[in-house]
Amino acid sequence: METVNLTENQKKSRRGRNVALAVVLLALVVLFYVITLVKFSGGMAG
Amino acid sequence: MAFSLGQQDETVKNMAVIEHHEAVPGEICLSEASARDFFELLKPRVMSLVVFTALAGLVVAPGAINPVLGFIAILCIAVGAGASGALNMWYDADIDAVMSRTAKRPIPAGRVRPEEALAFGLTLSVFSVVILGLAVNWLSAGLLAFTIFFYAVVYTMWLKRSTPQNIVIGGAAGAFPPMIGWACVTGGVSIESVVLFLITFLWTPAHFWALALFKMRDYGAVGVPMLPNVAGEWTTKVQILVYAVLTAAIAVVPTFLGFASLGYGLFAAALGVGFVWYSLGVLLMPEGDRAMVPAKKLFAFSILYLFAIFSGLMADHMIAAFGWVS
Repeated sequence: METVNLTENQKKSRRGRNVALAVVLLALVVLFYVITLVKFSGGMAG
Repeated sequence: MAFSLGQQDETVKNMAVIEHHEAVPGEICLSEASARDFFELLKPRVMSLVVFTALAGLVVAPGAINPVLGFIAILCIAVGAGASGALNMWYDADIDAVMSRTAKRPIPAGRVRPEEALAFGLTLSVFSVVILGLAVNWLSAGLLAFTIFFYAVVYTMWLKRSTPQNIVIGGAAGAFPPMIGWACVTGGVSIESVVLFLITFLWTPAHFWALALFKMRDYGAVGVPMLPNVAGEWTTKVQILVYAVLTAAIAVVPTFLGFASLGYGLFAAALGVGFVWYSLGVLLMPEGDRAMVPAKKLFAFSILYLFAIFSGLMADHMIAAFGWVS
């Protein structure tokens, strides 16, 4: 079976990109949660 | 895995393809791009100006916006501006590679592949517009989408390489953020927000042509028709002065329209005199001056000028809103 060996630089940069992507996804979850809260509370107040 | 040393060296050589990122068909391309390289694609320094002017539009607009939604609006505008920066870098990679100012950008330096930048720019564009629409309102989202389209398609793909008026018309893309900020609060476009748009729109030519004067040879080398290369230094210097005068004039209009105080008007007028003064310095610069110190001074002052004008507008509005001065 043909396999791929990553260089140290490739591993390091991939790890960095993965962490950044995880942070962005988490931020999106928080963002949508906060938007929902603000919109709902606004609606109820109205 | 049982590789011989020679095989392993060969594999390592094949994997480190990003140094020569023209991939052979069938070859596996693995990126060495870091998260920082992707962040660099967003043109953070341009983004800071966009964030600032959008915030000014948001603050100065009549009415109020929920602070959390206001923060999300600025975030979306910043990401949208960054996305258009990434699309610009994707399209302009060929000329960026030649110019000293841009040769170290992630794509020409070989750290990010063009298709990665394109996908990154498109994804961020869609997300920023949709989230702004869902969280705030669809007029501001539409304006943001138009701004991204204007910068990436109208300016980058069309005007930049075809007319010396490229940055005059293309400057509209950089001028929209305060209008978007205003639309986030009011849900509309008004004469006041058009004035905020015009301040940046009329400021852009003087700012960019000052840069183009001392980077003229760079632009000439890549065939981008900037005004100094096409119409000559003298015409450029005259037009810089004309746009500086127009910018100084439009910057005091908020006082006349009643959405800024006399204090702001005097402050803007003083800054305008400075802007015109530095432009006069450029006009009087001897033809063929290679050091171009007055052009460099004007370029530096123009950045300070725009920050000061929008800071002044925000401070003026806050003083009036909170009654810090009776």
